[in-house]
Amino acid sequence: MAFDLNDGSVVVIIGSGSGGGTLGNELAQKGVKAVILEAGSRIEIPDFVNNEWDAFTQLAWKDMRTTSGNWRVAQDFPNLPAWIVKAVGGTSVHWAGASLRFRDDEFRAKSTYGGLQGANLLDWPITLQDLEPYYARAEDKMGVTRTNGIPGLPGNNNYKVMEAGARAVGYKDVSTGRMAINSQPRHGRGACQQIGFCFEGCKSGAKWSTLYTEIPAAEKTGNIEVRPDSMVLQVEHDASGKASGVVYADANGTHHRQKARVVAIAGNSLETPRLLLNSATAMFPDGLANSSGQVGRNYMRHTTGSVYGIFDKPVHMYRGTTMAGIIRDEQRNDPSRGFFGGYEMETISLGVPFAAAFYNPGAWGRGFTSLMDDYPNTAGIWIVGEDMPQETNRVTLDGTAKDKFGLPVASVHYDDHPNDAAMREHGFKQGSSVYEAVGATRVLRTPPYPSTHNLGTSRMSARARDGVVNKWGQTHDIPNLFVSDGSQFTSSAGCNPTLTIVTLAIRQADHIADSMSKNEI
Amino acid sequence: MRQVEKRLQIDRRLFLRGAASAVPAAAVLAAGVGTAGAAWADDAKALKQATLVTLAHMARDIYPHDQIPDRFYVAAVTPFDAKAQADDAMRLMYEDGVARLNGDAQDRFKTAYIDVPEESDRVVLLTGIELTPFFGHVRGGLVVSLYNQPEIWHRFGYEGSSSEFGGYLHRGFNDIDWLPAV
Repeated sequence: MAFDLNDGSVVVIIGSGSGGGTLGNELAQKGVKAVILEAGSRIEIPDFVNNEWDAFTQLAWKDMRTTSGNWRVAQDFPNLPAWIVKAVGGTSVHWAGASLRFRDDEFRAKSTYGGLQGANLLDWPITLQDLEPYYARAEDKMGVTRTNGIPGLPGNNNYKVMEAGARAVGYKDVSTGRMAINSQPRHGRGACQQIGFCFEGCKSGAKWSTLYTEIPAAEKTGNIEVRPDSMVLQVEHDASGKASGVVYADANGTHHRQKARVVAIAGNSLETPRLLLNSATAMFPDGLANSSGQVGRNYMRHTTGSVYGIFDKPVHMYRGTTMAGIIRDEQRNDPSRGFFGGYEMETISLGVPFAAAFYNPGAWGRGFTSLMDDYPNTAGIWIVGEDMPQETNRVTLDGTAKDKFGLPVASVHYDDHPNDAAMREHGFKQGSSVYEAVGATRVLRTPPYPSTHNLGTSRMSARARDGVVNKWGQTHDIPNLFVSDGSQFTSSAGCNPTLTIVTLAIRQADHIADSMSKNEI
Repeated sequence: MRQVEKRLQIDRRLFLRGAASAVPAAAVLAAGVGTAGAAWADDAKALKQATLVTLAHMARDIYPHDQIPDRFYVAAVTPFDAKAQADDAMRLMYEDGVARLNGDAQDRFKTAYIDVPEESDRVVLLTGIELTPFFGHVRGGLVVSLYNQPEIWHRFGYEGSSSEFGGYLHRGFNDIDWLPAV
């Protein structure tokens, strides 16, 4: 249904991805009225294309950003620090589906890792125990394999190579993982057809995305309106300092003001702090919810890298799911390896167009093209591990570059912490060993891609002085302003973040609905 | 395992387009531009014919695949002509960049870039300009315009779009047969 711009009783949710889309549906099911403002267009399953660059053009957030720091992304992709989606469904459209719970100790990063120099560590104000019931609800909602009696997915060729190598080097915790991809029909969606192109939008709808689960379910209640092509420019507040609404630009660039009782920001961890910073006023000169000075800081993107193994026989890694399986043995805190925290190894595959662009950005000549010539004989592993929060890794407003609305773009600074570098090196070595154990004739270490996991820029903390939001994702400074995406993460943990983002959104919806019913917000 | 047929698939549309360009692909790059240049480059809208031909030679030297015929390298550089037409600063960058490359070739090998016979020598010349914006732009454009041609994907053992065929569920997603038993 449609809500009036002057209807100040609604919750305004900015972003429709794993955080915003889930929050919207959870509120809608409780009878709470909400307007979801999504910067991107509504692109449905039939519109998806099995073509890497065409899909990138169709789905990716391509608006300019700037970069600095010693991470290689700043050199290879200076204006594309993040590889996320600008469309209804947000980055849940192109995520791979890996759905893993954090470990208990990962919520206590500071207590566990101690005073690691250069790291701005903090314990989460919540525990695994707090989240367990919500993790269970998220897994059921998303249809995560190996939970709720749902069988695991079958392994594809790429997985089988990794699995054989993993067994050969002695790894034990190896499987096709916990995936939010239907291994059998469930909740009106069919089973995975092993199409590949998970990053390009799932053409069969077997993979969970808010686009065709949470959002239509929310709309069916009549309590939600989704407005695509609506880029929020500013969150406004009243004289008392409470959030009062948002100003957004529609597809024609026309500005509108939507009034709100509650505002929840889920714009992914680059746009969320940018919006808070761009919303600065005389009352909040450093940006909204920024009394701690932590808005934009502690940007995390996971310690990543890829290992590609080339064999003398075919693999055809592109056939089937992109993230087809996982090795979890290194996902533990064992400082004897030379670093704190842990990482996972998950299969990854790229088609020829993306392999050319991402195997070794900038490389050319026969050393490079011989890799491409061996494309069908190649298998891939992606390393995803916990990276350390650092105050100086941060999203700021660029001093010169502006978007088409005249607002400063996000500038992303990231330096690898020595712990990150040591972990990546370990992952490169272990990944190489996995492939060499089953006869790889050549192993390629691929540097990080533009960030798909963007975390931490409005972090959760028990105290207002060292974080932006409390244990509900509610900003310490403005009680009716929430952050509902991965920006809340106090630490990054050594696994894919989407399940935890969804879990936090479910929990936050309970809190928002409860607080509204008690007239606390 | 189901393998991918690596011979080039004949695409009628592409074949006709190639025919319309009039010049056998092999002649395109091999003939050089000492005289009137390659006829396909007659279509150049903004760039000098010789510049476009040199860019096509550069394309093969930057991303050499012996199994990929010249016409795909030609197709990969034609977007540069369109960019030159749309933006005179771009046109100048291409013209100046190629002029410098030819100047370097004259200095070192006493001939134009495309007439330097050994690939390894041409690579030395390219390495000499590797850090220039011109080279970076050409390489960055080619990595998309060359490898994003669906007609060549089979040559790399890649099958492209699969949803219209029901994915790979019944087409070999798990048909690997050479791994040691787990």
